[in-house]
Amino acid sequence: MKAKTVDKIATSVIVVLALFIVILLLGLLGFIMYRGIGHISWNFLTSAPQLLKGGGGIGPQLFNSVFLLVLTLIVTIPLGWGGGIYMAEYAKPGKITSFIRLVVEVLSSFPSIVIGLFGLLLLVNQFGLGFSLISGALALAIFNLPLMVRTTEQAFRAVPKEQKEAGLALGLSKWKIITSILLPVALPSLITGTILASGRIFGEAAALMFTAGMSSPPLDFTDWNPTSPRSPLNPFRPAETLAVHIWKVNSEGIGPDSKEVAAGASAVLVILVLAFNLSARWIGRVVFRRMTASK
Amino acid sequence: MEQTEGGTVMNNKLKPRRPLKEKHYWEEWTGRIYTSICVVFLIVVMFSIVYFVASKGLSTFFQNGISISEFLGGKTWDPTGEPAFYGALPFITGSFITTLLAALIASPLGLCAALFMTEIVPGKGKKILQPAIELLSGIPSVVYGFIGLSVIVPLLRSIFGGTGVGIAAGCLVLAVMILPTVTSIMADALSALPKGLRESSYALGATRWQTIYRVIIPTTLPALLTGVVLGMARAFGEALAVQMVIGNAPHVPTSLLESASTLTSVITLSMGNTTMGSVHNNALWSMALVLLVMTFVFVILVRLLERRNRV
Repeated sequence: MKAKTVDKIATSVIVVLALFIVILLLGLLGFIMYRGIGHISWNFLTSAPQLLKGGGGIGPQLFNSVFLLVLTLIVTIPLGWGGGIYMAEYAKPGKITSFIRLVVEVLSSFPSIVIGLFGLLLLVNQFGLGFSLISGALALAIFNLPLMVRTTEQAFRAVPKEQKEAGLALGLSKWKIITSILLPVALPSLITGTILASGRIFGEAAALMFTAGMSSPPLDFTDWNPTSPRSPLNPFRPAETLAVHIWKVNSEGIGPDSKEVAAGASAVLVILVLAFNLSARWIGRVVFRRMTASK
Repeated sequence: MEQTEGGTVMNNKLKPRRPLKEKHYWEEWTGRIYTSICVVFLIVVMFSIVYFVASKGLSTFFQNGISISEFLGGKTWDPTGEPAFYGALPFITGSFITTLLAALIASPLGLCAALFMTEIVPGKGKKILQPAIELLSGIPSVVYGFIGLSVIVPLLRSIFGGTGVGIAAGCLVLAVMILPTVTSIMADALSALPKGLRESSYALGATRWQTIYRVIIPTTLPALLTGVVLGMARAFGEALAVQMVIGNAPHVPTSLLESASTLTSVITLSMGNTTMGSVHNNALWSMALVLLVMTFVFVILVRLLERRNRV
């Protein structure tokens, strides 16, 4: 065969397979929306799930997911940004730094189920936190930290060197330079990275099954006292998130409409994750414009 | 505060600027200490994960007296039987088979996508594929499991008969899940290739495919393989999506359409139903330890490939 013919065949194979991926994605999204969107209603989004009867909703699960995300971010942002700043600004090339890099790499490659089991052993049993939102948030923080450290380091490294040198020339301390010169410049990418990580937290289930638990106590949405056991704000109550709920309904759902509930909940989850992705880009752009005063 | 500082500036010639220096000193140290604590925390977390999982996982062998060869090589898993058997071989083979097959499906697809983005239609191709890849990676794993359960399983059932759940369904779901990882790393590797190499190949009169096949792929091979290894690491540790479609039967699979189990799927299903400290529970922790060890194996593989890439 002539080289040119081979070239044409190879090119068309590559193009076909690449387009196949796009079609696959469109098919997946189309399927999720087609199956799920008809089932989404205000009642579905707000009412509590039903175990045996039909007509259950995902209200508490949706609330738990959002609340857990907030708790996780409260833990992750100071630790993750701090670690990233260390790696970008303080770490000197050498054995210790490359060791820390290895730790971050290993930590980010641990399967989420292993982190869930670790949470079960240490947080739930040893520390006596039980199946609770707080255990879940801490486990998710472990899951999320390496990613956060990496994006923070990249964001700080991307700041032009002149900015830092200008700060040094003014005689500022390193920490002052970091907080008042580098941080504002790096903020857009930090926010984008954090929101993208949030999308991942939102869809995570395996690490939560053993930490936040697989059940939700009946919640009283009029009780906003964080210490009462029925209050949705109580961080020490078990909480089933949306992703865990989808898994549970799919694998052991016995209600007559469990398929529809799974489809509806999946659609809600995917829409939320997509919203996270799009808003990350949009907010990043807006903040960047604000910070740099460029149009 | 302002006044004293102003004062020091005025008396500059007489006194050194002590207050400012002291402020500097403390600022410097808060930053240093704070960020170091964050990093130390990461290290402590990593080591405690290894310590706790290993101490639990090893107690199966040291306290319950099950031999390592029985655990790793035993074909029977019957923890509730009399006598009980704790052979994890079915799950270990299940994990390896699904992971390898998923990588076999995802790698060529990912390579084609990466080539499409960087070699065939750079620019435009990236605009189409990049968002698609990012969206694919954003879909949560339980949703992949749901799709597997409601599309792939019925499809396999109608084509091949049987129940439809099994290794084939599991590795198809995994292949789609790891596709974004594989593709994005491969695309990064290809676009990092110096332009001159490509251009000199074209200047010699080589066609695009000859350039890709003879020049680009051999040069970037270690980096391309890094993508495959990272994809496999993800597939090996993935729990819920696989658990939903694989059927979870505790035997060594003999056919792709047979129901099987992986390490992760067994842990997911059984961990909640066993009491802490029982032999059954410890055996599950040993499986978690196998997952942990495999994570290290994948990390080492990636490091080795990166080293080859640099030379």
